[in-house]
Amino acid sequence: MLWVAAIVLLAVVVPVVVYLLNGVLQAARSIVPSVEGIATVAAAGSKDLDAVPLLLTTKSQIEQTVAGLANYGGSLDVILDDAEPVR
Amino acid sequence: MSAVGAVFLVAVLLIVLALVFFLVSTIVALRRITAGLDTVIANVGQIVEKSAPVNEVVDAINGQLDAGVELLEGLLVKKAGMTDAMGLVEGLYPGAGAAGLRAFPDSAGTKAPRIGEVYTKGTLTLARLGREAPIAALSPTGAVLRDVEGGSLAARMLYPSVRHDAPERLPTSPVIGTGAPEQYERREDIGAPRKRLPAKSS
Repeated sequence: MLWVAAIVLLAVVVPVVVYLLNGVLQAARSIVPSVEGIATVAAAGSKDLDAVPLLLTTKSQIEQTVAGLANYGGSLDVILDDAEPVR
Repeated sequence: MSAVGAVFLVAVLLIVLALVFFLVSTIVALRRITAGLDTVIANVGQIVEKSAPVNEVVDAINGQLDAGVELLEGLLVKKAGMTDAMGLVEGLYPGAGAAGLRAFPDSAGTKAPRIGEVYTKGTLTLARLGREAPIAALSPTGAVLRDVEGGSLAARMLYPSVRHDAPERLPTSPVIGTGAPEQYERREDIGAPRKRLPAKSS
């Protein structure tokens, strides 16, 4: 009886344990490249947003442009005659 | 030790070795995953931090641009009238007349005249001079007439060629003085007393 148990332990349990552990290891290893890829993309995304503060400059420039446009439009409004009303 | 005990011992030993090898390998892989996720979290935090004020700024920019559009549309309609305004828009951006003006919803139904036929070609040419927006690059057909870096030449190219493009370079003025590329020796007899006086007239 002990011989049977020893053989089962050696021939069945050990391979099953190795198989299961190997599955866990392969699963863990398959995650590593994905995480590293995500980290690279996140770093690139963060770097892409470095230019966001320039939006404040754009905002300021647009405010000045629209203000100049308003002044220019006001002058044109004075200089040019209005269109004749449609009859 | 009996043979059965030796077989048991070998089996347990193999199981323990397998456990050690695979679990240590798994731990190493999990640590790499943890390090990668730490990097991801840090970068995502930066993304969130950097993009936080974007909405506010973009909304402000859109508000300013909307005000500019309303101003220009209002001025155009006031000065040119709705019909001619839509004709000018349609002439500059074919198809845009169907969308109408934003500030004048009823403008979409206005029948736009073919402004290029109603007015001289110069009207569209002058209007085209000011377009620099990429959206207008293909409409109306033809290259953008205004070159921001050579605006003067671009405007002059509209007229018959006289001196601005052919000949490209006219002969330059000669260089004189000590820096002249061609130097001549000074004649010594100039300014010196005459060697022989002219014969007296009898």
